[in-house]
Amino acid sequence: MKFIDEYQDNKLAESLAYRIANHCSHKIRLMEFCGGHTHAIMRHGIRQLVPETIEMRSGPGCPVCVTATTDLDKAIALAHLPGTIIATFGDIMRVPGSYSSLRQAKADGADIRIVYSTMDAMEIAKANANKSVVFVGIGFETTAPTIAASIIKARREGIENFYVLSLLKLTPPVMKALLDLGEVKLDGIIGPGHVSVIIGSGPYEFISNDYRVACVISGFEPLDILLCIDKLVQQIEAGQPRVEIAYSRGVRPEGNLKALELMGDVFETDGANWRGIGIIPQSGLKIKKEYEHFDADKTFHVSLEPARESKGCRCGDILRGVATPHECKLFGRGCTPERPIGPCMVSSEGACAAYYRYGASYD
Amino acid sequence: MCLAIPVRIASIDGDEAETEIAGVRRRVSIALTPQAKVGDYVLLHTGYAIGVVDEAEAMETLKLLEEIAAVSEVHR
Repeated sequence: MKFIDEYQDNKLAESLAYRIANHCSHKIRLMEFCGGHTHAIMRHGIRQLVPETIEMRSGPGCPVCVTATTDLDKAIALAHLPGTIIATFGDIMRVPGSYSSLRQAKADGADIRIVYSTMDAMEIAKANANKSVVFVGIGFETTAPTIAASIIKARREGIENFYVLSLLKLTPPVMKALLDLGEVKLDGIIGPGHVSVIIGSGPYEFISNDYRVACVISGFEPLDILLCIDKLVQQIEAGQPRVEIAYSRGVRPEGNLKALELMGDVFETDGANWRGIGIIPQSGLKIKKEYEHFDADKTFHVSLEPARESKGCRCGDILRGVATPHECKLFGRGCTPERPIGPCMVSSEGACAAYYRYGASYD
Repeated sequence: MCLAIPVRIASIDGDEAETEIAGVRRRVSIALTPQAKVGDYVLLHTGYAIGVVDEAEAMETLKLLEEIAAVSEVHR
């Protein structure tokens, strides 16, 4: 497939790995922010391709994983309201909440439908005019403009029974929170490719300016990631950290201005609750007053029991890069993709799921 | 969840487009990429084109990779 196959060439990958090994003179630690990168790195064996001097940590870039248990409990409670249909992306279905999961709620009779797009959710709303359709909006900046576009379209087309539970989160504030926590010393960050298609490279400037950490935005094919690591190593070796784009076929410095405009029309920033980190100011998106008719939070009221976390699950530590999946006692013993205890084992972007699927013999 | 794949635009109808990848066709929204034209590749994420692939930049990156490979060969 065009723009995919060319970036998977073995010979070019070997050359890049050789160059990285030659240039990396001392031990460094990199974090891949994005769960999509975690999976690509494990799937293509990139950890084995780079020298042992490069330590790689996974970050909080898995939207399902960072969704707080209490927010998940809210989605499950909404599913049980009479006359309500929940529409959601598939990943979240099996994540355990405090007392149940969306999958369990569906088994108990709630009307929950897995959709590929918000457009599908709107079609469900049109076909079920006597019911309320709540789309569970989980995602980062990549997904936020698609949800904004759907809300604008719902208003334009008068789809009055379409609602969004916005659990959308922003990446630069969580990166700043991790750097401020300082639990893991990082030399470089593999920046999220598709988030950056939307927001561009500007919002990451603080990483190199204020924290002296290198940041290179990467695509998702193996050559993209190796090229990104090569650029990070060069910056770190030169002692000149900056923000660089190694995914220029997708990312422009200014981002996608139309997408940013629509996001700004519908959403405003607000504090958001991140699993393993807590509330980070201005790190979430809530629906603006002008569009509050479509805001599930404003329309439906559910009472929630205090959230309960799974005992022994170290998802929070893994999302902060403090622990690797192998350092969790439950990993592979009690917590598997078939019977997940924490969200990092459920999501197709979760670090535990990636380590379990591709990396049984690592570490 | 931030997965996006490059698909080719076959035709455009308002703010929607018929796209194609490896023989599979799908109707997608181009509300976020109004500049997209027939023949362009767009990055498809949850039914929406979120960006237009820059073919010139794609070629530049491949050229850079080839150059790195050539230099590595010389030094090995």
